[in-house]
Amino acid sequence: MTLLNHKACDIDAAIAEIPDGATIMVGGFGSPGTPFALLDALLASGQRNLTLIKNDANEPGIGIGKLIEAGRVKRLITSHLGLNRTAIDAMNAGEMEVIFHPQGLLAEKIRCAGVGHGGFLTDIGIGTEIAEGRREISVEGCTWAIEPALQADVALIHAERADRYGNLIYRATASNFNPLMAMAAERVIAQTYRIDQPGDLPIDTIHTPCAFVSHVVQVDRASSQQGVRPHAF
Amino acid sequence: MLSDQQRMLTRAAREVIDGQIVNLGIGLPTRLFHYLPDDMNVLVHSENGVLGCRPRQEGEAPDIDMIDSGGAYITTRAGASVFDSATSFAMIRRSRVDVTFMGAFEVDQEGNLANWKIPGKFSPGIGGAMELAQKVARLVVLCSHNDKHGNPKILTRCQLPLTASRCISRIITEKAVMDVTPEGLEVVEIAEGLSVEALREATDAPLLIDESRLGRF
Repeated sequence: MTLLNHKACDIDAAIAEIPDGATIMVGGFGSPGTPFALLDALLASGQRNLTLIKNDANEPGIGIGKLIEAGRVKRLITSHLGLNRTAIDAMNAGEMEVIFHPQGLLAEKIRCAGVGHGGFLTDIGIGTEIAEGRREISVEGCTWAIEPALQADVALIHAERADRYGNLIYRATASNFNPLMAMAAERVIAQTYRIDQPGDLPIDTIHTPCAFVSHVVQVDRASSQQGVRPHAF
Repeated sequence: MLSDQQRMLTRAAREVIDGQIVNLGIGLPTRLFHYLPDDMNVLVHSENGVLGCRPRQEGEAPDIDMIDSGGAYITTRAGASVFDSATSFAMIRRSRVDVTFMGAFEVDQEGNLANWKIPGKFSPGIGGAMELAQKVARLVVLCSHNDKHGNPKILTRCQLPLTASRCISRIITEKAVMDVTPEGLEVVEIAEGLSVEALREATDAPLLIDESRLGRF
């Protein structure tokens, strides 16, 4: 893990460490919490054959939508693509493999990896189409499906505030998958609007302790403006 | 004169009891937001991580970090909280959400729900629908009685892939309010001006109707 005093770094330096073929978790539910600046840097940096794990595919032309349209995403593990027609087209054309999980199971698979467990038992989806291929076991008379944990090489996170050691604070519904993914990847790169000095963040308001975070990079608030949807009332 | 949808929403709002935690699915159910009186102690849950959503007022500036699961900019009411996705689904799976309203492609007499996939035509992923349908204590389906071609959506048996089985408590359409019972679908209210024969004609599933007790809406 990166030493505490070396976590604050330049965005391009952090992204350059990601290899081709990496499995990358991306925070965000729709636009809030999506690390738009990190994704743009990843697009510019050129890595290919990526496996992305994100709740959704953003919308055409923004966020991971840009990476999908550039043909850089080999596989997407997600819960819903409803707001991104071009992602659905890429899936239907066979250009991108898509693996769907129910949203809460996706969150829990990530959380499970983040707490160091190999998986969990659930009754969600037993008897439905999504149960095909899952292993089931009986425990004390109840039938459960086994859901393995979901890990990644890298997580790209958006936080409202951070400190130089990598402590993170999220805001409103921009939290979503970010605190889960921040614990579930080997290397965690967090973008934030403001990097304070250690001790500046009230200690009981920190959502993700710095121990899980590899890099913090400061980004402009304007980097999130691409996700603003004027049509959403 | 209320439209069919306004009539359904007005009727559906009466399902919500003061003090409840409520989830509103994408589409028509989201609009139920506007039919819940401000003075009710009701917290609207949205699975992206907020309990206590309130619709943004006309002219109120959007907060780009504050959306509901349908992607609309919202705000919050007194008593609200925000949390991560794992906590949000813990609330759902632990049945701490009292009632959820969902749309449907098909429902059937056993209370099965299909609302996420039309093979070959529509498969954008299931989102949070499966866990909501399976785990929320009371599921009220809010859908049109027939599809746009006039085919019944209230079926003897669902044909599409299921979201969850035996999960529906009540179905509200523009034509009727129906309860799922062990004996089948029981019509508790019928639309003003609609005959029982016309309702049966528009429905594939057998309907239990006691005309002496039938309400109108």
